[in-house]
Amino acid sequence: MNATLERFGGVNLLPLAVAAVAFVLIGAPSSWVTLTVAGLAMGMMVFLMASGLSLVFGLMDVLNFGHSAFVSLGAFIAASVLAALGGWLGSPSVLMNVAALAAALGAAMLFGLLAGLFFEKVIIKPVYADHLRQILITMGALIVVEEAILAIWGGTPITVPRPAFLEGAWIIGDVSIEIYRAFAFALGLIVFGGLYWVLNRTRLGLLIRAGVENREMVEALGFRIDRLFVGVFMLGSALAALGGAMWAGYQTLITPALGAEMMIVVFIVVIIGGLGSIEGTLLGALMVGLVANYVGFLAPKLSLASNMILMMIILMWRPSGLRPAVK
Amino acid sequence: MKQSYGTLGVKLAVLAIWAALLFGPFLFQDVRSIQVAARICIFIVLVASYDLLIGYTGIVSFAHTMFFGFGAYGAAILLKQMGPGWTPVLLGAGAGAALSLVIAAGIGLLSLRVKAIFFAMITLAAASVALVLASQLSHLTGGEDGITYRAPDLFKPATKLLTDGDGKVLKLWGVSLNGKVAAYYFVFLSCAALFWLMLRLVGSPLGTVLKAIRENEARAEAIGYRVVAYRTFVFCISAVIASLAGTVYAVWLKYTGPETALSFDIMIDILLMVVIGGMGTMFGPVIGAVLLVLAQYYLRDLMGAASEAVSAIPLLPELLNPDRWLFWLGILFILLVYFFPKGIAGTAMLKGSRT
Repeated sequence: MNATLERFGGVNLLPLAVAAVAFVLIGAPSSWVTLTVAGLAMGMMVFLMASGLSLVFGLMDVLNFGHSAFVSLGAFIAASVLAALGGWLGSPSVLMNVAALAAALGAAMLFGLLAGLFFEKVIIKPVYADHLRQILITMGALIVVEEAILAIWGGTPITVPRPAFLEGAWIIGDVSIEIYRAFAFALGLIVFGGLYWVLNRTRLGLLIRAGVENREMVEALGFRIDRLFVGVFMLGSALAALGGAMWAGYQTLITPALGAEMMIVVFIVVIIGGLGSIEGTLLGALMVGLVANYVGFLAPKLSLASNMILMMIILMWRPSGLRPAVK
Repeated sequence: MKQSYGTLGVKLAVLAIWAALLFGPFLFQDVRSIQVAARICIFIVLVASYDLLIGYTGIVSFAHTMFFGFGAYGAAILLKQMGPGWTPVLLGAGAGAALSLVIAAGIGLLSLRVKAIFFAMITLAAASVALVLASQLSHLTGGEDGITYRAPDLFKPATKLLTDGDGKVLKLWGVSLNGKVAAYYFVFLSCAALFWLMLRLVGSPLGTVLKAIRENEARAEAIGYRVVAYRTFVFCISAVIASLAGTVYAVWLKYTGPETALSFDIMIDILLMVVIGGMGTMFGPVIGAVLLVLAQYYLRDLMGAASEAVSAIPLLPELLNPDRWLFWLGILFILLVYFFPKGIAGTAMLKGSRT
């Protein structure tokens, strides 16, 4: 029984199992499809935010509690850029729409890269290998960034305009699929594909995976893991900012509390998935997205605690997550 | 053991703070100062119980406000349902403490075996669930608005503690001995008792074991102390004390809501206080709590004035806005963790110790 399950993918089948159970419980196929698409889209956006955190931890044993600062920065920068390019967004030409969206996402990612570099060099470098101070310092940095966001953008919620071509929904039979959700899912899939390719098919990825497995050995062989780490950290921050930007478009109304809200979800995903592997993170993110949407439909009262319960169950079953890369 | 003059200084400062709090109603006679003094008392206990965790066993929990909130909501809900009296206060304190104990034991046994970092993440998640639940179960907790209720009759401003010959409230050094004073001394005495309890705990053989675990976990385990059991025990103790502090705060404030009892801001305050004051001594939290509560109440006035003064420069007035005081404290916090990881008390206590 177990062996057969393993051959077909083992824990990777978990989201499918959840979807199947939900199909039975929900009963109506059209609402099931809508919920599944929403869950997958949410999962992919959370994956974007969480992948960097997981890799950074796996590679350098650094846990960045300030990670969600990049998420909120990305969201607010993208919102500002989209608001500034309002004319392009409204124009009927799809090209202009895409240009505005690319500018917003690009600005968010660029800022994520720079903020990541600054964060790594100034905040985290002095406290490698000291978990207690790492948690405290990154927490302090999170406070500072959140306050800075409040000072710059103010405390009132900001509406985020969506490009015209992502508005609306496709309607197939009695199933309606929001285009933005499909877009978010596709973008997440592309990023996952890219990360997977880099990690498994390139020399750089080989070094990163080797570093996750045994850092001292890779360093002893003469590779500068610390430089690699700066790169991974910057990339992770940029992805978090991208995730935040996408989330801003998904929510269409953002407040400075966004980072703190997402931080909990991101942590839960990383814990569920197992630290250090992007496959695990993807699995965790999809599980969280799907469960959150299904439970929200089936038992709205439970929906807020659903992620927490999911995490408890999975931790009791597998204490180090579904697919950990670091033991 | 001969004490360094730094240690002596810290102890004297802490003694002076407690003395000032003891005579609080007589030394500072306006309403706001009494509020500040009571808040300082409660935060000293809350932060000291957190220090028991972070300073003595080296585990970082983000669920401390959750336990504080359990105690506060326990008393608040019962005072609301049963009316003012001592029974609901005691029952609420007991219920809050019991719930804290059960949840702390659960979290501890489940997640203290794994890495410290996992524990931090899990407590953060648990705390956020508690916050959401408090605002969702509005028929019980009053939701976002919280609950207002009346404290036991003894604490009413109209209560006369002592009367003179004419049946009027007796005045002592210009302070009328009414229920407000009684309420303050209720807060002061409960907090002093809890603080004393923690001092005894830290000085006991148990405290020595905890320090051993902090300094070298593997070695403590090798000598034969069961690290997980000790950590879970301390986590439970500190949760119960936080919960009791919450009950005291609820009785004092006569209001309990997510903002005052459960919000993440309080957790950040606790972190700032323990790091600024100094981790790993029971005296650090006293100093940290005093400085930070004073800053909360009085620094904002100062920042408001500064914000006015630089209103011509862009962005700076925004950053100097009284609401942005956490921005500056956050920067101070980061600098302290870098340069003085032992905080004020720890750094001062090292002075003069090298002979």
